[in-house]
Amino acid sequence: NSILAEFLLILVLICRNYKGDVDMAEIDHFLPLLMTQEEEGLTCPIMSHGNVHFLWIKHTNLYLVATTNKNSNASLVYAFLYKVVEVFTEYFTELEEESIQDNFVVVYELLDELMDFGFPQTTDSKILQEYITQEGTKLEVAKTKVPTTVTNAVSWRSEGIKYKKNEVFIDVIESINLLVNANGSVMSSDIVGTVKLKTMLSGMPELRLGLNDRALFALTGRDKGKTVTMEDVKFHQCVRLSRFESDRTISFIPPDGESELMSYRINTHVKPLIWIESVIEKFSHSRVEIMVKAKGQFKKQSVANNVEVRVPVPSDADSPKFKTSTGHAKYVPEKNLAVWTIKSFPGGKEFLMRASFGLPSVENDEMEGKPPITVNFEIPYFTVSGIQVRYMKIIEKSGYQALPWVRYITQSGDYQLRSNF
Amino acid sequence: MEWANQLCENRQFGSKMTDSKYFTTTKKGEIFELKAELNSDKKEKKKEAVKKVIASMTVGKDVSALFPDVVNCMQTDNLELKKLVYLYLMNYAKSQPDMAIMAVNTFVKDCEDPNPLIRALAVRTMGCIRVDKITEYLCEPLRKCLKDEDPYVRKTAAVCVAKLHDINAQLVEDQGFLDTLKDLISDSNPMVVANAVAALSEIAESHPNSNLLDLNPQSINKLLTALNECTEWGQIFILDCLANYTPRDDRESQSICERVTPRLSHANSAVVLSAVKVLMKFMEMLPKDLDYYGTLLKKLAPPLVTLLSAEPELQYVALRNINLIVQKRPEILKHEMKVFFVKYNDPIYVKLEKLDIMIRLASQANIAQVLAELKEYATEVDVDFVRKAVRAIGRCAIKVEQSAERCVSTLLDLIQTKVNYVVQEAIVVIKDIFRKYPNKYESVIATLCENLDSLDEPEARAAMIWIVGEYAERIDNADELLESFLEGFHDESTQVQLQLLTAIVKLFLKKPTETQELVQQVLSLATQDSDNPDLRDRGYIYWRLLSTDPVAAKEVVLAEKPLISEETDLIEPTLLEELICHIGTLASVYHKPPSAFVEGSRGVMHKRLPARTGSGEGTECPDVGNAAGGSAPEAAPSIIPSQGDLLGDLLNLDLAPPTTTGPTPSTSGMQMGGMDLLGGGLESLLGGDIGGSPAMGAGFGAAPAVMPASLNAPVGGGLGDLFDLGGGVGMPMGAYIPPKTVWLPAMKAKGLEISGTFARRAGVIQMELVLTNKAMSVMTDFAIQFNRNSFGLAPAGPLQVLTPLGPNQTIEVSLPLSTVGPVMKMDPLNNLQVAVKNNIDVFYFSCQYPISMLFVEDGKMERQVFLATWKDIPNDNESQFQIQDCHLNSEAASNKLQGSNIFTIAKRTVEGQDMLYMSIKLSNGIWVLAELKVQAGNPNYTISLKCRAPEVSQCVFQCYEAVLKN
Repeated sequence: NSILAEFLLILVLICRNYKGDVDMAEIDHFLPLLMTQEEEGLTCPIMSHGNVHFLWIKHTNLYLVATTNKNSNASLVYAFLYKVVEVFTEYFTELEEESIQDNFVVVYELLDELMDFGFPQTTDSKILQEYITQEGTKLEVAKTKVPTTVTNAVSWRSEGIKYKKNEVFIDVIESINLLVNANGSVMSSDIVGTVKLKTMLSGMPELRLGLNDRALFALTGRDKGKTVTMEDVKFHQCVRLSRFESDRTISFIPPDGESELMSYRINTHVKPLIWIESVIEKFSHSRVEIMVKAKGQFKKQSVANNVEVRVPVPSDADSPKFKTSTGHAKYVPEKNLAVWTIKSFPGGKEFLMRASFGLPSVENDEMEGKPPITVNFEIPYFTVSGIQVRYMKIIEKSGYQALPWVRYITQSGDYQLRSNF
Repeated sequence: MEWANQLCENRQFGSKMTDSKYFTTTKKGEIFELKAELNSDKKEKKKEAVKKVIASMTVGKDVSALFPDVVNCMQTDNLELKKLVYLYLMNYAKSQPDMAIMAVNTFVKDCEDPNPLIRALAVRTMGCIRVDKITEYLCEPLRKCLKDEDPYVRKTAAVCVAKLHDINAQLVEDQGFLDTLKDLISDSNPMVVANAVAALSEIAESHPNSNLLDLNPQSINKLLTALNECTEWGQIFILDCLANYTPRDDRESQSICERVTPRLSHANSAVVLSAVKVLMKFMEMLPKDLDYYGTLLKKLAPPLVTLLSAEPELQYVALRNINLIVQKRPEILKHEMKVFFVKYNDPIYVKLEKLDIMIRLASQANIAQVLAELKEYATEVDVDFVRKAVRAIGRCAIKVEQSAERCVSTLLDLIQTKVNYVVQEAIVVIKDIFRKYPNKYESVIATLCENLDSLDEPEARAAMIWIVGEYAERIDNADELLESFLEGFHDESTQVQLQLLTAIVKLFLKKPTETQELVQQVLSLATQDSDNPDLRDRGYIYWRLLSTDPVAAKEVVLAEKPLISEETDLIEPTLLEELICHIGTLASVYHKPPSAFVEGSRGVMHKRLPARTGSGEGTECPDVGNAAGGSAPEAAPSIIPSQGDLLGDLLNLDLAPPTTTGPTPSTSGMQMGGMDLLGGGLESLLGGDIGGSPAMGAGFGAAPAVMPASLNAPVGGGLGDLFDLGGGVGMPMGAYIPPKTVWLPAMKAKGLEISGTFARRAGVIQMELVLTNKAMSVMTDFAIQFNRNSFGLAPAGPLQVLTPLGPNQTIEVSLPLSTVGPVMKMDPLNNLQVAVKNNIDVFYFSCQYPISMLFVEDGKMERQVFLATWKDIPNDNESQFQIQDCHLNSEAASNKLQGSNIFTIAKRTVEGQDMLYMSIKLSNGIWVLAELKVQAGNPNYTISLKCRAPEVSQCVFQCYEAVLKN
């Protein structure tokens, strides 16, 4: 099977041809192809011209394009392109035309380290920053060395890190994805959780994270209180996967600073935390009447913050009028939305918003889609699945004591309710 | 680059002290200035100048004139400057090879620098300079770097071997770099191992026969160990490499699966997909009753579902692969329908793929939900998506019988929306529903007829006309409706014209009294006023039929039509197997084998899944071509039609085949539309003439099922075979040509006699035909078509009979054949079913071709490869034959065989007995190895044949016999 045959990376201004067999001029076909597809309304992340295939992603106003003439591993290509975006963003804060031009020397240096002959190499920006810096001028050859980390089995953490106070901050964040049909039945709902770390630990610490994972307790036979079934778990490179596979232990040497340790998906059906009922009546040529009821279906002690209910309105609507039982509603014409904001939404409460819009007497002939109502919110100190960090063991050979801090938060993910308008 | 150029030039750069200042356009004389600066004594100025040069190069300006000046800056202790100069060299060395030599010394010196960064940089850059002269100097430094103490240098050197191999493969082999690279697989450093694997895989890809990767249980174990330690990208290289291995038995397979499964929890989607590939492949070998098999199946679903939360492009790749996986193993995701529901903000390419998978997963259990969703989608605004959603409703009706009624009523609701393209799409699918459930939903016809005027797409018009013709007796004003179409007859597309002709004939047969005028009108439009031969032919046939025997006409035209099949767009099983082996790659996204889109992939092996242990056939042969070796796995739905399906194939004779070649296989409706036209008309007519062979209709439903796959992707050697055709020019002639035999006697073919033979001339397979007209009337309009066959033989062009063939005239025609046609295993293997059409009728016959026609000119195997392959093919695959009464000595035999592309590779004489070792390569890439024993004075030869696809042995033996005795 083929590893990447051919790679050519273009960030509008920068090209790096990693192999010689696709002509650089082939990229000239990319934009016309893309434009044709866009006209037809059928863009596709893979396009081909002759025997050259373009695999591309778009970041802000830049296209990152890989070209190949072999049967390359497409998923690797996209994963790599996104990694490139990640690395450049960490280097330059923003990845955009200007930052590329301002730093083109570093960009070339990075492209050289990121990939060789179409094979991705070192893509960890923390490690790259140890030997490729933006102050290139100050670097004299004698001082620059390859960090051993680059080729180590532990390729994400360098040795010799020191902190005065050793601490780990653990954020458990759960996002609710929800799709509700126009008649109010839940079509699909799941929870995607992530565990993020901010590690401020000296040396090479060994960490072990304990969750109330049902599969773990099933293995050990000890059942202590509520457990949670994780449908699927994904880990950062640092976690020993075979260890997890055999005894569900999450053990790792963490990257320094911020990182996403793991993510998980839970299918258990939970009551939608914020339930929306809407009545949207359209009187052709005159007006649209909108009534939205939002209900907090979570514990009374909890509070949802920054709740935003976004209700689609016809693109030719005008003269909005709002009435809300709480919070504030406004019309965002550029997005064809009525947005109702509630700063603080206690559990068990129910609020109402009414809106009316005028419609022009001459109707827009263009068919409009039926975008769903979407809701944004976050509920702190609470995970909807009930997942908990039971312990975080930190062992380092110097024997220091370190404190783990845990925070929980539940928020909206892709939270869509189809309306009947 | 012009585009980048413009963007740059249109910008006003600020006065910030950043690199962007280098991009400001300079006036003429720039090169001069730069030259001066490059040669400046001041280091800082020099560096600034190099930066300017690189900036110009980046935006596509030609700064090659500065080559010597830039190279002069190479010797520096400033790393940044060095990197820039190297970058410049990579870009321009090729255009200035002589100048590039100037840089060699510095490179060689840098390869010995105490700083590993510099050593690696030098060896990496040298490998990128694709100039032969430089390459020679690269060998020594590379050899040192491969053994460097620093892993960073070694990992870079490992990749450099692949680079060098790409430039000069021979050099790499001669210098023994491949062995060093193999040794690096055991390196202590995981990144070195990963890069060595990547480099070897890359090299192995261009040398399919080299046993480079030499995967054996020991090396597999090493790889599996490294898998736990290397970076995410290294894991992908290793997994992709593992996927090429075929375990010896189910136990080894299971143990590898167990060690690969943890990768399913990796955060990188590409790691997950590569792991899925390994598991899907190795799973094939596990007995289904094994507990572990069930466990593994369960483990696959969650990670596949999670892939749908990745970035949209990765979702797209995942969805295209899931599409393959649900066809191969529907049980994995059968309970996961909901995750494929389309979200409003999904990109269109994700939406369309999800829709496809929803239909595949639709079953009685979830159909209510699916239909509700589809109805929702059908009211969206994105035209392509809406169309596909409407078609999906039709496919659900056909797939899940219990839902048909609800589907029909949903479609009627949609027709009420009066949205033009929705209505048209709905009518096309309702026609399919009628064909699946005849006489059940005719009550809706009235509603359909109301929309007649709004139909402006040929497919929808044709569908509607078909419905009117088919149910003419229940539609009071059918004649008026059809007549209204007749007015603009000549402006209609062929599809509509043909359909209208058939529909009016049907109407006439049902209501003869009122419609005589109408039928005459259409017949004359079709025959006298039309230039389209297909239309004319069909018109004449109807005319003759109606005028000679109206009763027979009724039986034929109004004959009961076969029902259409459920799944209309499944990928053909052998292709599916191959694609499963390519999970995650472009092939899996395009749903085409790599040979269909990768240039020069000739000789590249078609991958296939390993067989379950114990099933005997082909256990260890991942490289056997599809045709002969491809036995469909038991789980795959049987969609390859049986041999009696000649007619199904011949349907293409009249209709231009659908020309969709995009990555998405065209949906059912299009093909079905085509089928129906003939289904109602010509084919039934022909059925009557032939005398109603019972098998003839059976293929109607099944044939289109396979069409999309075979059209989009030649199953056999594809491109490779085409090259074969050209490759043999200048080969010695004298290939064996069997004498002509009569294939079709005149009495069976209304006076047309066909005899012929096959020949291979200059690498081109020819079918040599002699057509004799033994009838009283002139014959014209000859055409020929083959049924699917074992080796994908198909006419490479039309049958060239330009002049009409008068009574008692004979004509000899040579028809070049290609081997890129659709493949179906025949029995006997070399059987070919042929249809020949002329102005009188269509005739069928079958003949057998000598398989030696398929022996290609480059069938001479390397000795070493021969030895290795002979050993590698299990003894079960060996067959022995006797050739009797042959009076040639071994020399003469060898010469004679060579004429037919049977190549002698070695000769050994043991105790007066000559042993000849020979190799043959078939057009689909299958190799046959032979050992021929010739004893002086003994007219009986013994021949042993070894092949990974042992089915061909019998045919090959027949060729030996024929060649040697003639």
